[in-house]
Amino acid sequence: MYSKNARGASERKSNTHNKLGNLRYSYKRHIKEKLIEMLLLLAAFFSVLITFAIIYMLVKESIVFFQQVSVWEFLTSTQWTPLFDDAHYGILPLVSGTVVSSAVALLVALPLGTIIAIYLSEFASFTVREIAKPFLELLGGIPTIVYGYFALLFVTPLLQMIFPNLPGFSLLSAGLVMGIMIIPYVSSMTEDAMRSVPMHLREGSYAMGATRLQTAIKVVMPAAFSGIAAAYILGISRAVGETMVVAIAAGMQPNLTWNPMEQAATITAYIVQVSLGDLPHGSIGYQTIFAAGLTLLLITLIFNILGHLLRKRYREMY
Amino acid sequence: MVKNNIVETGTDHTSSSEYKSVVKNLNFYYGDFQALKAIDMVLHEKQVTALIGPSGCGKSTFLRCFNRMHDLYPGNRYEGSIILYPDNENILSPDIDPIEVRMRISMVFQKPNPFPKSIYENVAYGLKVRGVRQRAMLDEKVEDALRNAALWDEVKDRLNDLAFNLSGGQQQRLCIARALATDPEILLFDEPTSALDPIATASIEELIADLKTKVTILIVTHNMQQAARVSDYTAYMYLGQLIEFDFTDTIFIKPKNKQTEDYITGRFG
Repeated sequence: MYSKNARGASERKSNTHNKLGNLRYSYKRHIKEKLIEMLLLLAAFFSVLITFAIIYMLVKESIVFFQQVSVWEFLTSTQWTPLFDDAHYGILPLVSGTVVSSAVALLVALPLGTIIAIYLSEFASFTVREIAKPFLELLGGIPTIVYGYFALLFVTPLLQMIFPNLPGFSLLSAGLVMGIMIIPYVSSMTEDAMRSVPMHLREGSYAMGATRLQTAIKVVMPAAFSGIAAAYILGISRAVGETMVVAIAAGMQPNLTWNPMEQAATITAYIVQVSLGDLPHGSIGYQTIFAAGLTLLLITLIFNILGHLLRKRYREMY
Repeated sequence: MVKNNIVETGTDHTSSSEYKSVVKNLNFYYGDFQALKAIDMVLHEKQVTALIGPSGCGKSTFLRCFNRMHDLYPGNRYEGSIILYPDNENILSPDIDPIEVRMRISMVFQKPNPFPKSIYENVAYGLKVRGVRQRAMLDEKVEDALRNAALWDEVKDRLNDLAFNLSGGQQQRLCIARALATDPEILLFDEPTSALDPIATASIEELIADLKTKVTILIVTHNMQQAARVSDYTAYMYLGQLIEFDFTDTIFIKPKNKQTEDYITGRFG
């Protein structure tokens, strides 16, 4: 049986290629192929290399910092005053600023982003979607510095009309604007995830007499869960890592607070402040930015791993 | 050439059962393309009617008119009427809510399409959509539907499992259970066994035979043996027209129309 097939195959080959030698190994093609493969590998390797270089630099410089400041103090001290004579190195005030501003941003971006995605994916007509999407993407293309000044010069005065006690810099104002900035990321990824849910699943729901909203919430969203989770994680990472808006509108003063109505520095804002300052390289004050940077990296890493696990746990459910 | 008026809308088989639905001069358009041309047909109450014909003849399009599925996409247009009895209402009329229609006319699709939910939640979906919340009632309806779909014994111990963990045939029976849970009056099947193996297909066909004691059934099938096995009436369609509609036995043994005969005997299609 097998040998018969093999003979058939070789007969076929000799019929189509009359000249002998056409079956020979082509070195030219092979080398070209290898070359391309090497180039692609190099490109992939390069980005991995950069990532490791960044981690290496952060860890190396942080070790210098932690030789002078104990990890315990770094994690538990409630004051962050590395530039004062009476220096304290507690990261908590910066973490609280980051957490509060991110929380405000996410309270804006996740619900609004999801609602926009549901509308665009399940309700909007083709024309509306084609018009609305570029505008949303434009929102994502505005430089963050513009958002920063928008927060400081427009949103803060507006908020002060409602809350007269609101200081000129506040986590609330920065967080709100940051949330608006993140909306397009969340909405566009969520919409992509929802739109890739196959039509036959939706039809199944409609055929049961479900409305559009019921179909969107009870069938499409659960089916697109992994993609939506990825969108949310990306939104969180962006909020935590965002720099310009908070540096401009949330203030530069480290402040251990959970109240969005106060001003406080975030990890990123602090790094900007020190990087731009005139602290001598190698001083303990300068080393602090690496420890702060490492903390930021770890926070975003945790969310990325969480997102990865969620996606593995809930693949596309259709 | 075929003339539409040769189709007799069951004048000679009125005595056997009552009409559940009467289709009169139904035209359907996808944008500018006319997919259904002047269709006249009836659905007999608690009988199985099969739609056969070559690919693209409009049988699925016709089936989907019954639950207004075409309303989901822009540019689709109906003309004519599908009268639903006992209401004596034209379900294609613009003042009829398609959601209300779908509450009474359920559908089972070609590919099993369970929702990303538990087995229980899948079957309870239609009831929950209708606002049923009492746990006891849901439990009872879910069990009844699963029993009627011949799935209860296989899943009763794992109602909270994800529906995707079931086999293809079980998933399709789950979809039938889902459609049955809301006590529909008409059940539409759109090639329900084309994605299934012969054993699963046999169990679905058996199920259809059982179900017709409870519900009027309209089934689209590519498989002529299937039409012969499960249906009481058969309609042969070609290029958007209804060529012949009669008792299944008549269609398969002595069709009146030459085209039907060619298709049945395999000389065409």
